[in-house]
Amino acid sequence: MNQLLIIAVDGLVFASWLFLVSVGLSLIYGVLRILNIAHGSLFAVGAYAGASLVVAYSAAGLWPPGALGVLLVGALAAGLVAGPLIERGIVRWTYGREPVMQLLVTFSVFLILEDLTKLVWGVSPYYAYQPYQLLGQVRIGGIDYPAYSFLVLLVAALVGAGLWWFVRRTRFGRVVVAVIHDPEISVAMGVNLSRVYVTTFALGSVLAALGGAFTAPMISVVPGIGVEVIVLAFAVVVVGGLGSLEGAAVGALLIGLVRAAAVHLLPVLELFTIYLVMAAVLLVRPLGLFGRVEARRI
Amino acid sequence: MNARGGGLGVLLVVALVMAGLVLPRWLVFLLALALAKGVAVLSVVVLMRAGLVSFGQGLFFASAAYAAGFAMRWWGVREALLLVPWSVAVAVGLGALAGLLVARYRDIFFAMLTLALSMVLYGVLIKAYGVTGGSDGIRIPTPTLLGLQLSGDDARLLVYYLAVAATAAAAWAVGRYAAAPAGYLAHAVRDNEVRVAYLGAPVSRIVYAAFLLSSGLAGLGGALTALNVGHVDPGLAYWTTSGELVFIAVLGGTGTVLGPLAGAVVYELIRSYAFKYAPYAWQMLVGAAMLLIILFLPGGLWSPVERVWRRQQA
Repeated sequence: MNQLLIIAVDGLVFASWLFLVSVGLSLIYGVLRILNIAHGSLFAVGAYAGASLVVAYSAAGLWPPGALGVLLVGALAAGLVAGPLIERGIVRWTYGREPVMQLLVTFSVFLILEDLTKLVWGVSPYYAYQPYQLLGQVRIGGIDYPAYSFLVLLVAALVGAGLWWFVRRTRFGRVVVAVIHDPEISVAMGVNLSRVYVTTFALGSVLAALGGAFTAPMISVVPGIGVEVIVLAFAVVVVGGLGSLEGAAVGALLIGLVRAAAVHLLPVLELFTIYLVMAAVLLVRPLGLFGRVEARRI
Repeated sequence: MNARGGGLGVLLVVALVMAGLVLPRWLVFLLALALAKGVAVLSVVVLMRAGLVSFGQGLFFASAAYAAGFAMRWWGVREALLLVPWSVAVAVGLGALAGLLVARYRDIFFAMLTLALSMVLYGVLIKAYGVTGGSDGIRIPTPTLLGLQLSGDDARLLVYYLAVAATAAAAWAVGRYAAAPAGYLAHAVRDNEVRVAYLGAPVSRIVYAAFLLSSGLAGLGGALTALNVGHVDPGLAYWTTSGELVFIAVLGGTGTVLGPLAGAVVYELIRSYAFKYAPYAWQMLVGAAMLLIILFLPGGLWSPVERVWRRQQA
């Protein structure tokens, strides 16, 4: 019983992190039909921005809980600068080209951003542990958990709820849904497609940076952290169905719980759980759990 | 590939053999590395002709390199003519398995699934320290050829000639494949898969065959690299290795066999210098170059030459 509780808590914590780092990828794919490999480096940029701001903030000796707000500011700044720049500067020239070419373009952006982060922040690691330390530990089922993990859970829940509200309850969100379903008809109805695209790309970038910024206190921020994230995020998004926000949540939950179970019951499998879940889901449902079937081009 | 392509190929092989005798040793070593990489780039090109981009050729590249390392370490095999076929066989075997899963997918799914598989191998290579030596990798001793034990420069030269022979064989094989029905059908799958299916051609088998050929080529490249460098490490399976191959394929264009090979040689030469002077800006340069080529020269750097060539023919 106790072990079940531990697995559930571990799984939920990991799932919320997975959701946070992958939902932006799904959003951008849903609207622009482009798999943004640069998502991984946007995660890294967010992590660096958040970590360096927290380090500076803590060094200044200001009110400690303010460091959490600083993380948020770092993520917003990183995403809002990088997102529109990438979309307007590069990605928009590839609309209408083969998906494979678009993939290569975002891959190029990824390579460029990887080195840009090295040039801006250097190659030595950043340790932004202050927010992590600040929150201390929580005792659940006889085991101490870092309270920061539950903060990530809270952030993920807020992001999920916020996105749901944005898509279902705001005018612009409904426009986005219309574009997801049929870009051509939306344009005919007077939707400004470029504006939807650049806004979505910026939002997706902010989400990636947010994932990075709130991950930063848990890890040492070093070059190369973006790669693993893009592979993980892709796995989550594919399990749920590319382009589906609910799918990203369900995919993250499924993978998070299975991985937590593997860690506690079959540690050898830990490394493969994500890919096993992905392979299993794809074998049964090639388009993911929430994927939509599309018409074939003849 | 037409008669002229064949003639040009023979000329190039002769030139490469001569190069081994006259060029300085370090350049010969670099050339051997570039040829090994060129063979692996051909593996990406074979898939690209079928409209598939693989970000995970490192899976076969590394598994073949490690296969050679294990054969030397466990069974004491030193014979290059045994090691290379063995490594390629391991890569093709792995490709036959992985192909069952990934050959059903296209576009981004194919790209990301291959990426995920190669990252799994990377994780295994890093974690299974007792077997693979972890991030230290395995040392590969100098191979023998037909029992002939060479050392120093002679051994280097031997591996170089092995690379030349293997590259020529691979180029010939890919040329034959591209001109065979399976190759043409793969190209047709890229243009419109549904039509190919309606014409009665077995699409899944065509893609599977291309995947097998590609895994074998990547394996050959990996085995040659292992013998060349004398060391294998998990970096061979890392996404940067696979990404580099995709980049060279884009650079050289996918329309010819010589384009990607020439691209690999040029790339390796530039990299050996750029890495020295701008280690932290190298990926950025690669990314920027790839962007420019995709946006302005979609057929690869070779394509303007090809266009002039074709105009002269007409």
